[in-house]
Amino acid sequence: MTAEAGVPTGRELARVALVLVSHSRALALGATELAAQMAPGVLIVAAGGMADGGLGTDYAAVEAAIERAGEAGRSVVVLTDLGSAVLTTESVLEAVDPELAQRVRLADAPFVEGAVAAAVTAHGGADLEEVAASAVHAATSFGPVEAAPTTDGHATAPADDGVVRATRTLLNPLGLHARPAAVVARMLAGYDATVSVNGVNAASVLELMKLGATQGAQLQIEASGAQAGEAVEALTDAIDAGFGEI
Amino acid sequence: MTLDVAWAVDWVRTSAATVVEHRDELIELDRQIGDGDHGENLKRGFTAVVAKLDALEAPPATIGDVLKLVATTLMSTVGGAAGPLYGTAYLRAAKACGGSTVDSAGVVALLEAGLEGIVARGKATTGEKTMVDAWSPAAEAAAKAAADGAEPAQVLEAAARAATAGAESTIPLVATKGRASYLGERSAGHLDPGARSSQLLLEAAAATAARAS
Repeated sequence: MTAEAGVPTGRELARVALVLVSHSRALALGATELAAQMAPGVLIVAAGGMADGGLGTDYAAVEAAIERAGEAGRSVVVLTDLGSAVLTTESVLEAVDPELAQRVRLADAPFVEGAVAAAVTAHGGADLEEVAASAVHAATSFGPVEAAPTTDGHATAPADDGVVRATRTLLNPLGLHARPAAVVARMLAGYDATVSVNGVNAASVLELMKLGATQGAQLQIEASGAQAGEAVEALTDAIDAGFGEI
Repeated sequence: MTLDVAWAVDWVRTSAATVVEHRDELIELDRQIGDGDHGENLKRGFTAVVAKLDALEAPPATIGDVLKLVATTLMSTVGGAAGPLYGTAYLRAAKACGGSTVDSAGVVALLEAGLEGIVARGKATTGEKTMVDAWSPAAEAAAKAAADGAEPAQVLEAAARAATAGAESTIPLVATKGRASYLGERSAGHLDPGARSSQLLLEAAAATAARAS
């Protein structure tokens, strides 16, 4: 079975698409739904379960999903769950048109976290290797993060060290959950700047979510790079607006 | 003495029958150390293979054609890891058997190509409690028998005997590949279902070759 998400409204699809291969139709669809919510401009094709709805991986479905994802010259990152999903994907890649196969990467990544990370990275316009790398690195993003100590102050002018700093209070009732975290990561992909929030990479949805920042939390922002000031301004505006949730 | 396309078809149909006959046993073996679907998956796959054979308008021209039909059907219908593993094995074996007959050397080439396919796909080696533990000694025994001048049926008989011993050798092993590896030490003491089904397929090859001779 295949199904897809990521039909955009009035915009082009990202140049890297995702294929999510699972033994379970429900798991493939659920992961697709979750990732698509955070990256609406990315084509995500689910290949889950057997044709009769049972558990297993269906060669024909995986093949169709990869061919669909790779249409229009798109590159494809494939995420899989267990054993036969990997083996079936490898078998498909051995058999499909080599021109397509060389635009496909099978990411050795955790299924759900990898899909979310890859989708958000693809949404930001990243290329094939960057999207695949973001999925793989999701595997090392599980543990808790030490939140950086909070300091007071409002500065958007570069300090002596060239770093732009700002501090804001998180207004969202549900905290910095998946959707606003994805908003931050997507937004920052548009700036030539390296931005951190409470010491973690603000371009990473997973790292932002791991902060576990709840309503009222202090967010300490630091940015460097050519557009650091613009990036911090955009981010602080979004935080002050409650990411459109309040 | 050679084996022909009719033998290959008989092997495949007999494989299907033995897989159906041993469905419950394979499920039980897989339930002990895996996810319990191996018997049903193989039954579904080989039943689909027989249906495709039945639907052919003309008999396949080469042994390779028969094996390729098995390969593509198993890959698309089995669902578990056995699909791509056996699918790749039969696909590589098909490439090694382009003609309408195989002699003893051809049988060895078929088995070695099948083993190579399983190893390439599963990245396993001997001693890891997998199909490879049946196929590897089978290919070795076949090569030795052929070198000693054995006829194809005897080559397959030697391969089947070695596969049986190889499958039984998996009982004390701790799995390090596949679903059983999640169990770690608890996988020891159980016959590997993939090695067992490999043994059944190779026994079918030997039995049908004996009939054809």
